[in-house]
Amino acid sequence: MTKERKMTLTIPKEELMSPGHLACQGCGASLAMRLALKALGQRTVVCIPACCWAVIDGPFPHSSLDIPIYHCAFETAASSASGVKAGLEMVGDTETTVLAWAGDGGTFDIGLQALSGAAERNEDIIYACYDNEAYMNTGIQRSSATPLGAWTTTTPVKHYKKHPKKDIIGIMAAHRIPYVATASVAYPEDMVKKFKKAKEIKGTRFIHIFAPCPAGWKSRPEDTIKLARLAVQTGYFPLYEVEYGEKWTLNLKIKERKPIAEYLKLQGRFRHLKDDEIAMIQKEVDANWERLLKRCEQ
Amino acid sequence: MKKVIMGNHALSYGAMLSRAQVIAAYPITPQTQVVELLSEMCADGTLNAKFIKVESEHSAMAACLGASLAGARTFTATSAQGLALMHELLHWASGGRLPVVMGNINRAMAPGWSIWTDQNDSLSQRDTGWIQFYCASNQEVLDTVIQAFKVSEKLMIPSMIVLDAFALSHTYEVVDVPDQDKVDAYLPPFNPPFRLTPDDPHAFGGLTSPEHYMELRYKLQKDMEKVPALVEETGKEYEKMFGRYLGQVDEYLCDDAEFIFVTSGTAGYTARVVVDELREKGIKAGNLRIKLFRPFPFEKVRSILSKVPKVAVVDRNISYGHHGIFYQEVKSAMYGQPHQPVIFGFITGLGGRDITRDTFKEIADYALSKSQAEEEIVWIGVKK
Repeated sequence: MTKERKMTLTIPKEELMSPGHLACQGCGASLAMRLALKALGQRTVVCIPACCWAVIDGPFPHSSLDIPIYHCAFETAASSASGVKAGLEMVGDTETTVLAWAGDGGTFDIGLQALSGAAERNEDIIYACYDNEAYMNTGIQRSSATPLGAWTTTTPVKHYKKHPKKDIIGIMAAHRIPYVATASVAYPEDMVKKFKKAKEIKGTRFIHIFAPCPAGWKSRPEDTIKLARLAVQTGYFPLYEVEYGEKWTLNLKIKERKPIAEYLKLQGRFRHLKDDEIAMIQKEVDANWERLLKRCEQ
Repeated sequence: MKKVIMGNHALSYGAMLSRAQVIAAYPITPQTQVVELLSEMCADGTLNAKFIKVESEHSAMAACLGASLAGARTFTATSAQGLALMHELLHWASGGRLPVVMGNINRAMAPGWSIWTDQNDSLSQRDTGWIQFYCASNQEVLDTVIQAFKVSEKLMIPSMIVLDAFALSHTYEVVDVPDQDKVDAYLPPFNPPFRLTPDDPHAFGGLTSPEHYMELRYKLQKDMEKVPALVEETGKEYEKMFGRYLGQVDEYLCDDAEFIFVTSGTAGYTARVVVDELREKGIKAGNLRIKLFRPFPFEKVRSILSKVPKVAVVDRNISYGHHGIFYQEVKSAMYGQPHQPVIFGFITGLGGRDITRDTFKEIADYALSKSQAEEEIVWIGVKK
């Protein structure tokens, strides 16, 4: 006789995001917002710069979120959020969580200066970057979050991305802010846990969310979760957190990492890669993984 | 209480008396003393405000906008390159209807590097939808900050208080610093109709289709058009409470004038010395100092200049490929009027070159010797 197994639902039932938004099918970013808001609750204000989410939310006068949104300039997610937090406190609201919600372009590239400034000041905000690894809203141009080997409209097949992705977690950890974490839409319990943990911490908190983009990755919408899971299982996008720049913790240990080829082959953006190029990417993934393990062991 | 303070500190005292709640700023010469004093005031509790020490002017304005949207009264100050870096967000402030008040110290734009005064920095921001006040004394700077908050918050349009580098920013003058309780009576707390709060969630500034966008801009212009009357109203109210009238323009012997220098900023006071000298010689001269530049005080300027045969517009700025900017504006204001004065355009004092009594004498000699404006730009004091 098999024993009855019960799973506890750790994800809040409350929905702060409505259907009818403008995301594409299989959009990782929309799922990320839904989960993040479940963790943070209604007493949250979000600053959204230019990114897919500037559109997903819905055109004026519509909004798919039950929380207030400030659509701010591209490079200002962190600086706008800093101002919102200060403003709310000055009008007597010290409880509301201020969330900056930006894409990889707005975080790794154009918004990095403002983000670094806010982190150095240890502003009391949560900064979440949903990373779909290119400028997807403008039509798939490379960002510094685009991985080595990828095609985009500005890194054509003949001259695919030759540089590895920028280590944003390393950069943010170097600011020694209270909390830095990675999260993935394929691991919703982990993501919700991390946003809940972040909510209870004061100071700058940074969460890097892996958010597949079928339109930009040339993948099937139904493969979004599969791809996000493979990214973790191959060690390409590990789930870990860093506290005060010192304490590195691997949240999901992978005993046997899957080969990166399994992840790459499901995406049209890597279709041009030859075996030796895939081997080069595998080498880079291995090196990053070993480096992370060492940091987490210390 | 009377104090001897520099122009930059007049901005700081103005912000303090206005009870600014969030200040975000980045240092740039010649603005630094504005924010140094404010950071001291925040540190010692003289001013109950949060001072966000950002890493750029762009972030300074971004933080002010976020704080303003959250319902706080916000202030910042900058100059030249810093103002140019903010450019994108100046549109954001007016388009988002966020009544930030900012001091800008007029400094020439690089290259070559210059820290000295001219107006090309602020006049390059002419079309960003900000109210612009050009001040000529430290007293006027302090008073105008307080008035600007009142005007801006009533119409939800941001304001820029502009003062000349060094000629005003670093010049010490006697300033009557009003009592806090009287300022409180004049300027009520900021209470915007909408704000960023979970209690009443709205999306601000989202994607706006051609179906709606134009109406938002129409409303901004319609409210901009209300500024001159509101400046008059609040300026008179200020006069009643503090004894100093704050208008759109400042006239000196314009009533019977046959020749008027049109100036802005500190140059106006130098012009008045020459006005007096000309009058001693029997020439009925006057000075019209334009204080409110945006929106342009059409009615005031028309009513004064339509009685005058000759006008010399003195610009410490230039629109390359066009003319002096105040000259363009004055000509545009007088176009189609029943009486059109002969309007001369002079460019002088760029990059901090002094505008002196001799400058105005040369301008007067030129204008009084001509019956028509033969050139669109007359350069004064340039080594050709």
